[in-house]
Amino acid sequence: MTSMLKILSRPFVAKSSGDLARLGVIVALAGLILFGALRYDNFLSPFNILSFLRYNSMFALIALGMAFVIITGGIDLSVGGVAAMASVVAAYLSPYGWFPGLAGGMAAGLIAGSINGIIITRMRIQPFIATLAMMLAAYGTALLLANNQSVSVSYDTGFTTIGQDDFLGFPIPAWIAVLAYVLGWVFLERHPAGRHVLAIGDGEATANLMGLKVEKTLFAVYALSGLLAGLAGVILASQFGAGQPTEGVGWELFAIASVVVGGTLLTGGSGSVGATLAGALLLAMVFNILNFENGLGWISLSAYWQSVIRGAFLLIVVVLQAKLMNKTEAN
Amino acid sequence: MLLSMQDISKAFSGVAALRSASLTIAEGEVMALVGQNGAGKSTLIKILTGAYQRDSGLIRFVGEDVVFSTPAQSQAKGIATIYQEINLAPQRSVAENIYLSREPKTRLGLLDRRAMREGAAAVLKTFNLDIDVDLPVVRFSAATRQMIAIARAVTQKARLVIMDEPTSSLDEREVSILFETIRTLKKNGVAVLFIGHRLDELYEICDRITIMRDGQTVAQSSMREMPKMELVRHMLGKELAAFEAIARDAGNDETKPVRLSVEGVGSGVRVRDVSLTVREGEISGLAGLLGAGRTETARIIFGVDRLEKGSISIDRKERSYTEPADAIADGIGLVSEDRKIDGIIPDMSIRENMTLALLPKLKKAGIVDRARQQEIVARYIKALGVKCASPDQPIKELSGGNQQKVLLARWLCTDPRILIIDEPTRGIDIGAKAEILKLLRSLADEGLSVLMISSELEELLAAADRVTILSDGRSVAVLKRNELSETALLSAMAHQVN
Repeated sequence: MTSMLKILSRPFVAKSSGDLARLGVIVALAGLILFGALRYDNFLSPFNILSFLRYNSMFALIALGMAFVIITGGIDLSVGGVAAMASVVAAYLSPYGWFPGLAGGMAAGLIAGSINGIIITRMRIQPFIATLAMMLAAYGTALLLANNQSVSVSYDTGFTTIGQDDFLGFPIPAWIAVLAYVLGWVFLERHPAGRHVLAIGDGEATANLMGLKVEKTLFAVYALSGLLAGLAGVILASQFGAGQPTEGVGWELFAIASVVVGGTLLTGGSGSVGATLAGALLLAMVFNILNFENGLGWISLSAYWQSVIRGAFLLIVVVLQAKLMNKTEAN
Repeated sequence: MLLSMQDISKAFSGVAALRSASLTIAEGEVMALVGQNGAGKSTLIKILTGAYQRDSGLIRFVGEDVVFSTPAQSQAKGIATIYQEINLAPQRSVAENIYLSREPKTRLGLLDRRAMREGAAAVLKTFNLDIDVDLPVVRFSAATRQMIAIARAVTQKARLVIMDEPTSSLDEREVSILFETIRTLKKNGVAVLFIGHRLDELYEICDRITIMRDGQTVAQSSMREMPKMELVRHMLGKELAAFEAIARDAGNDETKPVRLSVEGVGSGVRVRDVSLTVREGEISGLAGLLGAGRTETARIIFGVDRLEKGSISIDRKERSYTEPADAIADGIGLVSEDRKIDGIIPDMSIRENMTLALLPKLKKAGIVDRARQQEIVARYIKALGVKCASPDQPIKELSGGNQQKVLLARWLCTDPRILIIDEPTRGIDIGAKAEILKLLRSLADEGLSVLMISSELEELLAAADRVTILSDGRSVAVLKRNELSETALLSAMAHQVN
């Protein structure tokens, strides 16, 4: 009996593909930083680092929301539109104070995300379709509210502090993103509800049979994604001094790419908050390095190249993931 | 009594699935639940767990009347179910799977990971299983995963664990480990409802047995007082007075030429070694308990599943088809077991359903020759006595017996040499059953070779010229017509299960 159990209880040797991909993104990020530091004089200068963090915090925030959505096996295409709409709402409210601006933008995002959640869980509409519709609706709302032009924010109420100022020598948007990621990490790794998000991505029917509250959890995940997109919109308006109804195009793709590059499977059930941050930083770093390369004056690559390079990155990661998956299954 | 289900009835859109079924289980008892496909086992279980709602009847569990409207409610009361495809979250760790939805928490409301790890390891240890509970469950074998699911049930303080065919994906060694686990559960006063069809396993592990047939409980007794013969008889049952034997040609069946000969055929684990013959103009029966490999054998002959070993010959020429289209071209037809899944196309008309297999031959300049199609359809509706308003009526509006006739016609109009028919009278009322069997008989008399797969004793006795009995993927006996009797069939099925 005992010898039988030994054979029985021996685990299969396969290492999960997610772990390898997560390790890969960190190695790639370190490699890019090293490359930049060696090649460009001011790459590690405080100015570059701070402006890099200030600008990319918005993207990091929507990538965090997207990570939770993708872990459940879903997708949220509406984040760019929601961010644009939230930036307009925040700009309109900014004359009443920084807090109404912040809260209003986040509320707009939360409402949009909650509608996504209701449509997906109650009406059983595919997340792809539901959030695509929300993307169009949010852009439309943003343009309607803003009369098809950007909406200046008030510079008198401290609203611009959110996006432009530093706290303890570190950009406020970066503080917000760091706080969000720490909370996100604790939630996913240490809170029961976070584990339920993972279990639902592993199989909804099974999770349901195990007594998990599938619908509530899914609703919360889409609401959270909307909330974070709203927060990104507030930072956008505050940083650039205007609500931007036409911004946010392609943000959802940047977010999805960050999550996937971070080793989260599009099929759901696995994923990491830390690796998502690494993925977002990696993709942003590509753009940063491109700027420096242009600065050297030898070549002149247009900004369009960043899309090409990001696309290539994404493709490589997805192909590698698929290969690793096959290998895992073969084992 | 821990559980008592009395007079449970349930109908799905007017068709009775359960008719006054009952089931009782005592504490710490292992109860076997057996029955053929469609006997109502799974409906009964789903009503117990709250996945379905009963139409009438009474359920008492731990001394109180209960109504479960969701699986979560029955779980909370102490009924755990371990499904055939074990329901765990594959990428989550062993410990998480054991505690999911009831995680131990720290004062901060976060996971108490140490308590989870230690609790999981401790409960697994009671089953002599010492594994790293931090690894995802996907990395363990089916048997280990099953034990993890059982451990989950134990930590839920389950009083009753339902196991739906728990041994179907286990090898012998793993089965003995599972049984050890069941004995441990028993020792702790947990009752087990064991759904299975391998008789030896039932005798080894179960205390009592409940046998279902046609939505009713036909027998309940202690396992020891239920001889195998009796068990099989209850399971296959006697439905009304057997049909009058359908007139057959006397005597000379062994002299007719062999049309289909299957020798030592195997494929995968379901079919290991099957041999059978069908002569010209005879109905050859294929019998066996659930899971014996009957349908799978038909699939191999028809070219759906790959022939891995053995040989198939038709009219003395060796044949092996890679796809059904080849088999059809060679004059073989297959009427499948489940009309709804792979037989009829419900919204299409009788005419279209009937001529589906014939369409390639009905083409004239690339389009369907409508006039010929209508002529053929009219002919078969008349010949087989299909009761319908018009050939253009959607097939879903017909009764089961008439749908079956249309499917038969579908193959007959391709003029086959061999017709394989799987459970020809399933879900058909008794009058129509005899009619279908007579129809098969008259087709055989005209020279067609019929391979009839059947779970119904009367059907085999009434219509078959010979019966091959399968058990666990092997042909274990052949009964010729003069040897055919209820006793002979039952003993061949019961005793060869060893």
